Amino acid sequence: MRELSLHVLDIVQNSIAAGARTVDVTVSEDEASDLLTIEVVDDGAGIPSDILESVLDPFYTSRTTRKVGLGLPLFREAARAAGGDLDIESWPGRGTKVRATFRMSHIDRAPLGDMAETVALLVVCNPDVRFRYRHTRGARTFCFDSEEFRSALGDIPPTAPALAGVLKNLIREGLDSVQRA
Amino acid sequence: MKTVEELERIRKQAQAMTRLREGKETTRIVVGMGTCGIAAGARETLSAIMDELAKRNIQDVVVTQTGCVGLCEQEPIVDVIKPGAAKVTYGKVTKEKARQIVASHIVNGQVVGEWVIASA
Repeated sequence: MRELSLHVLDIVQNSIAAGARTVDVTVSEDEASDLLTIEVVDDGAGIPSDILESVLDPFYTSRTTRKVGLGLPLFREAARAAGGDLDIESWPGRGTKVRATFRMSHIDRAPLGDMAETVALLVVCNPDVRFRYRHTRGARTFCFDSEEFRSALGDIPPTAPALAGVLKNLIREGLDSVQRA
Repeated sequence: MKTVEELERIRKQAQAMTRLREGKETTRIVVGMGTCGIAAGARETLSAIMDELAKRNIQDVVVTQTGCVGLCEQEPIVDVIKPGAAKVTYGKVTKEKARQIVASHIVNGQVVGEWVIASA
């Protein structure tokens, strides 16, 4: 994956497949400690403790259509290549938390990429899931909550394709204000 | 605020659409969003589909995502399911192909035969 935002899109698919109703994505950029942290927290089915260790094994998958599962292993490789790591905590029946860390200045750290596009597409394609996105850079924070957005829609269907572009711009503007330090 | 004006415009279109398609079933477009799909560029493909539909003021098509279907080498994979017609599956759908599929298949009802990998 060329961008970390693509990994986020991929990891959130796991949450959706696990039946999550709410997914919280948090990105925090802390230049003082040279640390980039990405967290995906969901309230899905969770992972039983005896399986938790295998999910980082590329040759483990819960699917039956194929024999490999590369999402989490690839995300961990991206983190480790940039002087960070990935850990997973899960509470069966309550949800899962995936947390990846990166040295911001590391030469092999992939760019964060287009988080606005990742979040916008998730929101339009999954009308039954609530997405909250929080992006912190130093002292500034941008928060997005899909429920606030959806409640402003009135009679516009929440899956209307035109909403993807609107959301992308909305989130992009919010992120720009965070980046302008 | 720009977002509010933008939403107002979409609302008007959506209302017009709803009147047009009273009682009609909607077309569905499904994009493969497994790790293989995403690595092959599915986000760009999905985004291009949304944008092309928006440009053409099409609000009554639902775009959803699915996981890996075991045809990773064909990703990005896009299914078009029109009411009353067989599901058509396209493979290796770049953003350019995605726009053409919207124009040809969704708008004009012409399946783009050369990119079809399955239909059922």
